Amino acid sequence: MTAAPAGHRQSTALEVASRVVDPELPMLTLADLGVLRGVEQDGAHVVVTITPTYSGCPAMAAMRDDLLRTLGEHGYDAEVRVSLHPAWTSDWISARGRAALRRHGISPPGPAPSGPVTLSLLPTRRDVTCPQCGSGRTELTSEFGSTACKALYRCADCLEPFDHVKEI
Amino acid sequence: MDDQDHDSVYDGLLGGDDSQWAFGTSFEDPLAGVDTTVPDGVDRTALAAYCLMLGDDALVASHRLSQWCSRAPDLEDDIALANIALDLLGQARLLLARAAAADPAVVPALPEGSPVPPEDALAFFRDQDAFRNVRLVEQVNGDFAATVVRLLVLATWRLALMQRLATSRDPVLSAIAAKAVKEITYHRDYAGRWVVTLAQGTAESRRRVQAGLATVWPLRWELDRDHAVEAELAEVGVGVRPSSVAAEVDVLLDQVLGVADLERPDVKPIGAHGGLTGRDGRHTEQLGLVLAELQSVARVHPQGRW
Repeated sequence: MTAAPAGHRQSTALEVASRVVDPELPMLTLADLGVLRGVEQDGAHVVVTITPTYSGCPAMAAMRDDLLRTLGEHGYDAEVRVSLHPAWTSDWISARGRAALRRHGISPPGPAPSGPVTLSLLPTRRDVTCPQCGSGRTELTSEFGSTACKALYRCADCLEPFDHVKEI
Repeated sequence: MDDQDHDSVYDGLLGGDDSQWAFGTSFEDPLAGVDTTVPDGVDRTALAAYCLMLGDDALVASHRLSQWCSRAPDLEDDIALANIALDLLGQARLLLARAAAADPAVVPALPEGSPVPPEDALAFFRDQDAFRNVRLVEQVNGDFAATVVRLLVLATWRLALMQRLATSRDPVLSAIAAKAVKEITYHRDYAGRWVVTLAQGTAESRRRVQAGLATVWPLRWELDRDHAVEAELAEVGVGVRPSSVAAEVDVLLDQVLGVADLERPDVKPIGAHGGLTGRDGRHTEQLGLVLAELQSVARVHPQGRW
């Protein structure tokens, strides 16, 4: 462990890590997304814990690299660890994160399902409001969208397509 | 944001730094920081074999689904199948990494200095007879109807299994399974809805979904059968006996067939071959063709550079 130059570390590691944004949803910080689970600081050494959103999320490598680089730029010698339990849930997206998603035209998730997993052969019903015009008349185009975490919707009033972050 | 925030994507191609182009641009361990200690009373060789079974099912199914990319009937389903393939690939990566951590002896030896991480060595450098997936997942896709029928069978079985595996005594398997449950729930609903839609569509779409059922159904036998490794792991509270989920899977599939007004196909199961199944590494010709496509580039460049 090498000591960082004095004066470099004007922000705590938690403050620095909390400012790193998601590579695919840059309006959201990793903290607001709920991926950043913990930052432990011992002098210049920092252990950051993250939980993947989806098992195959290709952005995880970029998240890790961004955390290491940003903390490094602020004089920290960082290490990123993965925590698989408990599994990430869309409920961990903060109120600030939800507001940021909506401002950027992405519909935030409703409450994640809980209890027994049931087979559903009818289209998923959600109360989704169009993030562009605010209309409640929206329809699901596909449960799978531009990234693993999003479904594709369309507004019946303004006719714009939009992404909706799925409940998991 | 200034440009120096981003490294050039060409850096890896040009060499000279520690990142590589092949096998991803960085080699972070998907289980970095996760305690991979094998629980007491569990045989590490059996645990690794068990993780390979569940991981290889996901890897091969993912590869077959990815073959739909740019070929699906419409853009939405192209994206849906690719997303499902990606979820399964993520599950495969974690399970293969867990297998390697449990018993490093399962990982093929590579030339000295090769940067290939253990889960990639398992995916790209094992021969056909070391793969432990069920034969269901290696078959050719067939048409879209056959693909969604197979996905329905696989997702229904895997979801039932993962729900039970979420209480495994191995905390790593338990965490992987709990995550997988959330993902596979979407896969099962997607496949079930398409089976119903096609069955209630035109005479042609109905004919195709029936033909898909007839092709896929004989391969269900292997899913329900308890392999010795699965039985051993279930005995120590780490694995799940497939036979323990067979009835639930049956009921769920019947529910879909009922809504779709389809009959269960009356077909003979495809059983063991000389007493061996896919779980033992005895596969059909199709797996060799999948692996040729999946592995050829990695095998030509075991150093991850060209």
